[in-house]
Amino acid sequence: MKKPKVGIFDFACCEGCQLQIANIGEDVLDVLGSIDVVEWREVMSEKWGKNLDIAIVEGSITNPHAVKRIQKIRKKAKIVIAYGSCATIGGVNGMKNNFNLDDIRKYVYGDSYRFFPTEMTKAVHQIVKVDYFVNGCPVYIPEFVAVLKAVLQGIPYYVPDYPVCVECKLNENVCMYDRKVTCLGPVTRAGCNAWCINNCNICYGCRGMVSNPNEKGAQDVLAKYKIPMDLILNKMNMYNKCRELG
Amino acid sequence: MDKRNININVEYLTRVEGHGNIVINVKEGKLDTCRLDIVEAPRFFEGMLRGRSIFEAQHITSRICGICACGHTLASIQAAEDALGITPTEQTIKLRRLLLHLEMLDSHILHIYLLVAPDLLGVKSFVPLINSHNEVVRRALRMKKTCNDMCDILVGRHVHPISAIVGGFTKLPGQSDLDAMLGMLKRMRTDMDATVELAAKLKFPEFERDTEYVALVNDDGEYPLLIGDIGSTDGVRMNKKDYKRITNEFVVPYSSAKHARLSRESYAVGALARFNLNSEKLHPKAKEVATAVGLKPKCINPYLNTAAQLVESVHCLEDAISIVEDLKNTSLHYDEEIVIGLNEQSNIPVRAGNGVGAVEVPRGILFHNYQTDENGIITNANCVIPTSQNTGNIEYDMMKLVPEILDKGDEEITLAIEMLVRSYDPCISCSTHLLNIRFVNK
Repeated sequence: MKKPKVGIFDFACCEGCQLQIANIGEDVLDVLGSIDVVEWREVMSEKWGKNLDIAIVEGSITNPHAVKRIQKIRKKAKIVIAYGSCATIGGVNGMKNNFNLDDIRKYVYGDSYRFFPTEMTKAVHQIVKVDYFVNGCPVYIPEFVAVLKAVLQGIPYYVPDYPVCVECKLNENVCMYDRKVTCLGPVTRAGCNAWCINNCNICYGCRGMVSNPNEKGAQDVLAKYKIPMDLILNKMNMYNKCRELG
Repeated sequence: MDKRNININVEYLTRVEGHGNIVINVKEGKLDTCRLDIVEAPRFFEGMLRGRSIFEAQHITSRICGICACGHTLASIQAAEDALGITPTEQTIKLRRLLLHLEMLDSHILHIYLLVAPDLLGVKSFVPLINSHNEVVRRALRMKKTCNDMCDILVGRHVHPISAIVGGFTKLPGQSDLDAMLGMLKRMRTDMDATVELAAKLKFPEFERDTEYVALVNDDGEYPLLIGDIGSTDGVRMNKKDYKRITNEFVVPYSSAKHARLSRESYAVGALARFNLNSEKLHPKAKEVATAVGLKPKCINPYLNTAAQLVESVHCLEDAISIVEDLKNTSLHYDEEIVIGLNEQSNIPVRAGNGVGAVEVPRGILFHNYQTDENGIITNANCVIPTSQNTGNIEYDMMKLVPEILDKGDEEITLAIEMLVRSYDPCISCSTHLLNIRFVNK
């Protein structure tokens, strides 16, 4: 089988999800052995510019230049993988959408804000068609490998649509609500093996919301622990603000 | 040669974190333009922090940079604890120092092997090295993985640590975890020796420009990374609370990062700055390595920042071993584990405050500053990252370097300039989150 030509591209993000690839260690050579990475600006000076079999896209789309660039990548690539929360759901960059854009530009850059154009933060699929989603901030490497295998076999990958609680319970963690703090596990898509709660912190919702959350159940939990709704909404908006853009 | 025109335009400099362009124009043998443009899409972190709980600041600002996520975490926590008036326990400080060492090691190894070595070995990236220098690439990935695995144990993961929070740690390593970390660190010594051997053979370009170097300084024997005052090779010393007098940021229209100056037109931060200010406090083994690679203070060749990173890697490895051994001997207090969330239970007293964090991260001194209201909600935020402090200095370096190498071919000049910028290990993904701007017309 001819190895697929792969390009790795970044938009507005911290580039931590790309780094997760290097963090695989020596085994990354096996991953890289099954594909032909032809463009990856962060670690390669080589430039490709031709058609691609797979484009792995990190980051969210936040300005007109980025819109054009992602459209070009979509045209060149047979398969587009949105990689990491910024790409799949807009991620933390979406918090910007809570503010008037001119106001936030002036707050950060003062009088010279005009030099720094910005638009409402969008996830990649809100601009172009996306074929595969790898959620997470950062991505969970076992899931990335699973997605990559699916891509190479030409079969779909379904992101789990049940909540993080399912995995969390299997790991026998004490529920964060029982530890008297608010956790977004009940409404967040699983697939990370409850990474944060395993480490005794709360779920921040970085993998996006389940498509059919048990709203009644969630309300009961909030009522039981006397947690105000606006607190939970504010939490959801840390990663999931862009969902409002449809 | 006198009347030469050169027009170099490197769009999207590769093998750096984030997006930057280099623009150099020589008209009739005279340098006309020389710029490092930061073209990263601005992400407005400081703006977005307003209205969020101080207990979320660490989680959010870690996302400024995936490479220095632990560094941002530590600076953020320090600023938040300063604002809230919390003094961390001795154990917490030890664990944070260990975390910072692991981040320093991880980042320096990535930079030395994957980003810089290809230039010195005459290839475009580490990819051709997989065939030509397979053992070297494997060693680099192995060392990186070890740092990563240790961070998994200590804070859940390296990219966006989970358990390091305001007030301490949500989860502490068990005795078997400490044993595992100690084993990994000790096994890393072999690879570190091989790294030193390799680096001693690399030939760095010869170029010098005297400048002011800025880093944390202290009065005790410790090589200051996590805690200290701000000091400079021009004799400046001040409290971290006065960081704005030091960074003196101003905006230039072509760049989404602000520039900074102190006693001169520009200053430099990073491994070389730390070495120049604090080399006598390095671990003896790191001092040996400095001697072996011919590095001594005050070194004013910016290309040797990579050599200083090597020296620091040895220091961080050895000091990390001492910290873990110490933790093993004194045994951890597990009653210090805390779950805080958004402080729903008011476990931590909250007050209105203004706090500063100043931490040495791989690329240099990093400042976080938060103001909070009486409910612990952030009203103002400011993050000054190392790369924005270095940008002006890089440009002054380029201005001196270009006229010195005008007799070389365009390609060679471009490579020399790219390597210069890369040697600072710029992290451009970070360099977009700036405020309190004074606009200066260029």
